[in-house]
Amino acid sequence: MDSTMTALIIQGTFETLYMTLVSTFIAYIIGLPVGVLLVTSDSEGIVPMRILNKVLDIIVNITRSIPFLILLIAVIPFTRLVVGTSIGSTATIVPLVIAAAPFIARLVESSIKEVDYGIIEASLSMGASPLQVVMKVMIPEAKPSLIIGAAIATTTILGYSAMAGIVGGGGLGDIAIRFGYYRYETGVMVITVVLLVLVVQIFQEIGMKIAQKADHRK
Amino acid sequence: MRKIKNNKTSRNPIIEIKNLGKTFHPKSGEVKALEGINLTVNQGDIYGIIGMSGAGKSTLVRCINLLEKPTDGNVFIDGQDISKLTEKELRTVRYSVGMIFQQFNLLMQRTAERNILFPLEIAGADKETAKKRAAELLELVGLPDKAKAYPSQLSGGQKQRIAIARALANNPKILLCDEATSALDPSTTKSILGLLKEINQKLGITIVIITHEMSVVEQICNHVAIIDNSQIAEDGPVESIFRNPKTEIAKKMIFSENEQGPVAMSRNCYRLVFDENSSSDSVMAKMVLETKCLVNVVHADMKDIDGMSFGQMVIQLPEDELTASRAINYLRSRQIGVEEVEIDG
Repeated sequence: MDSTMTALIIQGTFETLYMTLVSTFIAYIIGLPVGVLLVTSDSEGIVPMRILNKVLDIIVNITRSIPFLILLIAVIPFTRLVVGTSIGSTATIVPLVIAAAPFIARLVESSIKEVDYGIIEASLSMGASPLQVVMKVMIPEAKPSLIIGAAIATTTILGYSAMAGIVGGGGLGDIAIRFGYYRYETGVMVITVVLLVLVVQIFQEIGMKIAQKADHRK
Repeated sequence: MRKIKNNKTSRNPIIEIKNLGKTFHPKSGEVKALEGINLTVNQGDIYGIIGMSGAGKSTLVRCINLLEKPTDGNVFIDGQDISKLTEKELRTVRYSVGMIFQQFNLLMQRTAERNILFPLEIAGADKETAKKRAAELLELVGLPDKAKAYPSQLSGGQKQRIAIARALANNPKILLCDEATSALDPSTTKSILGLLKEINQKLGITIVIITHEMSVVEQICNHVAIIDNSQIAEDGPVESIFRNPKTEIAKKMIFSENEQGPVAMSRNCYRLVFDENSSSDSVMAKMVLETKCLVNVVHADMKDIDGMSFGQMVIQLPEDELTASRAINYLRSRQIGVEEVEIDG
């Protein structure tokens, strides 16, 4: 394999990491509050808001049910509007965030729901406001589970980012499709796959380690 | 009859519950958890609310700090009707009403010390003062060396001590205990009850205890309300309820402590109640000698309630009515409460 190909693969790896991490970060800015709201606005939650809960639930479900490949193509006009182009890794961040935010909202929702209601009740009995319950009880108590969720989210988004290669999204997926698939360069295909697997493993391991360290329940 | 005027009852009411009702509306129909509850807790009381599971006692205690919103009636704390407050005002009231729970409900990701700091953070106390207060409280509950321990590293009794310290952080006037000892073994229960009593006496905090165990009431309460079927069946000073339970449920609660309580297994059973004056005397032996009436002792026990010894006994008297009535008269003349026990079934 020549040096240009090596350079290309290194660049692709960085693009993949860039897309994945930036998308995960932005998706969390949206998904975390939505996930929390899904719990608190529930009829059994600390601030029941039936209509808001229903609306969020429907939006999350709709977005979650569109296959990523279709979403990727469908939002191209919107991507152009935001980034100015629909090609390359920065452009890919737009559909990745749209797909990941509702997924993250669900992950956050289930993590927060794991927090024992007794603890929430105790904090209410001490005069905690709903915001204090969220910031001081729900999120800190769910931290280990939230971290594991973040590892799952990151690896899922990484998988999605590779799919964006089909529309010239950049990154390792793009290389795999252009060289490995269109030009039958099996070597390149194998290398990209191995690299993707490695990156996923690393994220997963780091996530689990941090979650374990952060958990004081055992 | 001796006059036992409990000095505690002359104090001011701190919690008043008036005509309180709570109805839940689950998907199928409605459930009346509480109905027409009236009770007054005086300052400095250790007030027990006892009932079988499902009687509504946990809902009742949650109505005192409005964790449950009553559907009817009013709750007054220190003369203020808290059912009329805004959420924000209510939160301020809650700073002065601590609560502890059966499952402790400590924050699992915080150390013992940071658990105690939690209510102080909520109330907006400054860090230095809060830290000092936490150290004081750890000392008070006897766990100064556990500041850095996480709840998972503590035993049940230690967790409840930390929970008590946490509940006391904002200097509450009232401490609500929801089955606070039900998850603990008997000896730990005793030490936690001891701590609660100490807190009541040293700090003058009024304590409301929800429990299903009469032994808890016996050990520390001065006043008790028995709740049954969503209503208060009977309430009064503990020693008078023990001496003379009027309702079926009260009798049942008092007796059920002793596994095979004195449920009359045969005819002619009588329940005798002794107090300090009569219990030390060998009344029974004298009765047998003087009346020549042979008795069969079915059940007997002795309790120390609110600082007074109190005994009860169930005896079976002979079929012969004359002898039996002689024995009863003898006992009554000795100021002993005598009451026939009905036959079960």
